Amino acid sequence: MSGEGTLATVKRGLALSPELRTGLGGTIVLAVLQMAGRVAVPIAVQQGIDHGIRAPGGPDLGVVVRIVAITLGALMISTLCGYLMTRRLFTVSETALSGLRQRTFRHIHDLSMLHQQSERRGSMVSRVTSDVDQISQFLQTGGVQLLLATGQLLVSAVVMFVYSWQLALVVLLAFGPAVGVIRLFQKRLAEVYRAVRERTGVMLGAVAESVVGATVIRSYGVAGRTQARLDSSIEDLRVAQQRAMRTSVTSFSSGEIGAGLALAGVVVVGVWLGADGALTVGQLTAFLFLVTLFIQPVQIATDMLNEAQNAVAGWRRILDVLDVEPDVADPDDQGVELPVGPLSVRFADVSFRYPGGPIVLSGVDLTLDARRKYAVVGETGSGKTTFAKLLTRLMDPAQGEVLLSGTPLTSVRFASLRSRVVMVPQDGFLFDATVAENIRFAEPSLTGEQLRAAFVELGLVDWLDGLPQGLETEVGERGEALSVGERQLVALVRAYVADPDLLVLDEATSAVDPATEVRLQHALDLVTRGRTTVAIAHRLSTAQSADEVIVVDAGRVVQRGPHARLVAEEGSIYAKLYASWLEQTRS
Amino acid sequence: MLGRGLRVLGHAIRTEPRLFIVGAIGSSLFGLLIIANSYVVGWVIGHVVVPSFASHQVDTGRLWLVAAIFLGISGLRVASIFGRRLGAGFMQFRLQARYRRAVTGRYLSLPPAWHQRHATGTLLSNANSDVEAAWGPIAPLPFAVGTIVMLIAAMISLFLTDWVLALVGATLFPALFGLNLVYSRRMSPRQIRAQQMRGKVSAVAHESFDGALVVKTMGREADESRRFGVFVDELRDSLIAVGRLRGLFDPLMDSLPSLGTLAVLLLGAWRLRSGAIGVADVVSVAFLFTVLAFPVRAIGWVVGELPRSVAGWDRVRAVLDAEGDLAYGDGSLPGAGPAELRFDQVRFSYGEGPQILHDVSFTVPSGRTVALVGATGSGKSTIASLAVRLVDPESGSIGIDGVKLPDLALSALAGAAALVPQVPFVFDDTVRGNIALDRPGVDDEAVRDALALAQADRFVAGLPDGLDTAVGERGTSLSGGQRQRLTLARALAGKPRLLVLDDATSAVDPRVEAAILGALRASDARASVLVVAYRRATIALADQVVYLERGRVVATGTHAELMTFHAGYQDLVTAYEKAEHQE
Repeated sequence: MSGEGTLATVKRGLALSPELRTGLGGTIVLAVLQMAGRVAVPIAVQQGIDHGIRAPGGPDLGVVVRIVAITLGALMISTLCGYLMTRRLFTVSETALSGLRQRTFRHIHDLSMLHQQSERRGSMVSRVTSDVDQISQFLQTGGVQLLLATGQLLVSAVVMFVYSWQLALVVLLAFGPAVGVIRLFQKRLAEVYRAVRERTGVMLGAVAESVVGATVIRSYGVAGRTQARLDSSIEDLRVAQQRAMRTSVTSFSSGEIGAGLALAGVVVVGVWLGADGALTVGQLTAFLFLVTLFIQPVQIATDMLNEAQNAVAGWRRILDVLDVEPDVADPDDQGVELPVGPLSVRFADVSFRYPGGPIVLSGVDLTLDARRKYAVVGETGSGKTTFAKLLTRLMDPAQGEVLLSGTPLTSVRFASLRSRVVMVPQDGFLFDATVAENIRFAEPSLTGEQLRAAFVELGLVDWLDGLPQGLETEVGERGEALSVGERQLVALVRAYVADPDLLVLDEATSAVDPATEVRLQHALDLVTRGRTTVAIAHRLSTAQSADEVIVVDAGRVVQRGPHARLVAEEGSIYAKLYASWLEQTRS
Repeated sequence: MLGRGLRVLGHAIRTEPRLFIVGAIGSSLFGLLIIANSYVVGWVIGHVVVPSFASHQVDTGRLWLVAAIFLGISGLRVASIFGRRLGAGFMQFRLQARYRRAVTGRYLSLPPAWHQRHATGTLLSNANSDVEAAWGPIAPLPFAVGTIVMLIAAMISLFLTDWVLALVGATLFPALFGLNLVYSRRMSPRQIRAQQMRGKVSAVAHESFDGALVVKTMGREADESRRFGVFVDELRDSLIAVGRLRGLFDPLMDSLPSLGTLAVLLLGAWRLRSGAIGVADVVSVAFLFTVLAFPVRAIGWVVGELPRSVAGWDRVRAVLDAEGDLAYGDGSLPGAGPAELRFDQVRFSYGEGPQILHDVSFTVPSGRTVALVGATGSGKSTIASLAVRLVDPESGSIGIDGVKLPDLALSALAGAAALVPQVPFVFDDTVRGNIALDRPGVDDEAVRDALALAQADRFVAGLPDGLDTAVGERGTSLSGGQRQRLTLARALAGKPRLLVLDDATSAVDPRVEAAILGALRASDARASVLVVAYRRATIALADQVVYLERGRVVATGTHAELMTFHAGYQDLVTAYEKAEHQE
């Protein structure tokens, strides 16, 4: 995709945002009318000189007044057309682009988890912010200018040919080399501007690192090293910016040389033609004015083409994201609803590998009964988290099938799946809002009383009342005003109010302070009651309290059964895990 | 606003006087050439075109001279464009780079307490968009200065040509200028509003993508899109409002010079009839007005950017002027081997906040491991930060081997004491780079030893390029436990004499944690260790426990002693044990 040409990108972009073409015809007509007004002035000058100022009997004021009055009218119409055109352009382009922003935003959320995680967060954000801003800026500044410039170019060219085809040819010839140079520079400009964008990214990364890692940098006394890196990324950016500037000025100035050539050529050829009587003084004068009208758009166009490179690059980045088909897709209308009632789980010969990576799970074949509590245990890297992700369809297996109550997961509509199957991820991510709003995320219709009731039911009301503003307490960015354990509490309540039939808990690995831990365990117990629960357990206490334990090792299920029986199997992986864990907590 | 904006510009000019002069001279030359060109055009019409059209004779020599003049002017104009654009551009880029260096330099020297008070996003935009905004008016500045020179020259030349035509200019130029000012004034609140909406849209997108997993698992994609849509719609409306104003002013500004040309034609015909001027003069002046319109806009660009510039500059200045740097002494820590850490009557509070620590005194004897135990909010992490001087106490003193921390040079302190924080921070670098941090004396062997001690050697060996594997932004390619072990290895690689672990193994399996702590105790390069602990196993490994309640040391002793004699301690530790074993 990246090798695609500018025009191809613009075509693809227009196809995806057809709104951009709304009323384009009218906008162009208005632009041409606005241009026509500008060309009226040189014509007025010609007419004024030939028929008024240099009238046979001395300057004829009446003629001049008439010409000026007519032109004034034309100017007023032109100004009005300009106003209408700009309004239309802004309304149409901003409406279309806000649609593009929203579509891209939704599309990014629809991408699979693996896709989302392979992108830097900042670059995803830029797809719906600065990349669109670039297109908008280009369409409105560059786009208007380019439209007007093209109009001006065409109209003035036509008028020039009407006055004198010979002189018009001279002007076109004079600009020939400039056009060649500008075309030649386009590729190079694209390169230098790409370098600027890349280095901006590197610089921002370095700054972010120095801010986020400030404490580490301080405590290791490595400010010097960090500053050196920052300075070089800042300096690299400056050098790239200056190089881009030099290139664009060189390209721009070729138009200027064209203008000089045109003026000189018009005078030389014009005088010869005029001496032969083929041209009037007014016509030649008008021509000199027309040349400047012709130069302006050429220069503006050169500048705009540079900006266009930026805008097109942004557009391309958005299109490339939109082109990615979500690989874990919602079957939507073709999908089915999950059967009513408690859910059972079946893994039918399931294998999984990350794209290009080694096999993480292989040949997993098991059935989990409805309403029972299961704990999946295993060492770090054994594949137990993958298990949870397949179960919630954050990923699809490479082989085999996952079924809920006999229905293949891939055929279940997301609306049904997400309301019946809820996962509590390791880091209970909270939004920068109040506790209440974070819980309403799962169920927007809940009233304050219902929210409070949920806390009461889970035995967490004393904790809630201990918060400065109760339900209305702000949790801060990513929930950072709360402790890790408290964030998990809120995430748990959020899962509880969603009232799922299958609950998947990816247990947090980090330690939580004892008081919160006790609350958390108690609440967990209540949340899981009566639901099919699969807990990815890092603490064996969770396994101990489960109805059944599933032991995963090196991507395979090696043991399953109640805790007491598995522990008794001497020399088994679970017995070993348990023994070492016991040693840790009871030393 | 105008006054403050001009002061910011003045500061920029004083900082980069040479580039400004290059830009201003280029731009002035450009303006003067525009005027010259108009007069040449007028002169050519009056003295070359009219005579040869009348006589049907061409004065070839003169004609070539005219061509040469046009080409000469064109050449000079190219030079002036280079001067104007490169001068302005380079000035802007240099200022941006200079202030980015300055701002990030301040970030590195301001203390952690200052960082805690400022959101990451704010600091990022201080170094990026605020710096950009502050120097936004620099790009058109020389052009605007050149335009002013050009306008003055144009007025003079007009008065020299004919006072009546000069009056047209005297009306037109102030009108253009005034229209520009009105435009900027009315535009800037709209621009600011659009900018604010941009910020909101970006914040919502950032948060939403940050929580993408929760959005997905709760099936809230449609609702998130709606939430985003509300802000996007507001942004759209604010941008359309900008467009309407532009639609009103842009065509007006385009038409004004044309009105001037028409006025010149009218008045010129009248003056011509009375014989006051010639055809050449009318053509020159009319031509002048046609080409003037564009440069005059540069003044509007500068004025329009000023409010943004002042706002950006204020935010940049706030960082540059921030105070509270920690002053370091030049003391060193002679000797080798494990160091002793002593807290003596230490009190601490964050700013005006409540008292966090009350007269905390304890000692980590040389070579010993001391565990800090206490409920959430008892002040454990604050003690860890104080021990390596990330913050200074309100009163009381902290010393390593009898030397007070403020007397130590930063290098001496960083060399002797290492803190491993709760949340691991990994640089966008290779594994080796992350551990060595280019510190003298930390060679590959030290890196490997440290990795082994931190139980990280096995997973590092499994990475595609081993020590040379790039770990990505914030170490995204690693798991939480792996990141913790890397940061632990980073601390160990420097062979610290005092190691402070602030719950630094929380994301590591208990078995691995035990192996790490065991290796630490067994290794030759033993350090004194202060460890903030939750897990009972960690606590049990300590020689001594300091038990905290609400910022006070309420008991000190071995784990066994405290379990026997201190009810509060007993409750806490058993509560945790219960939590681990409940049901």
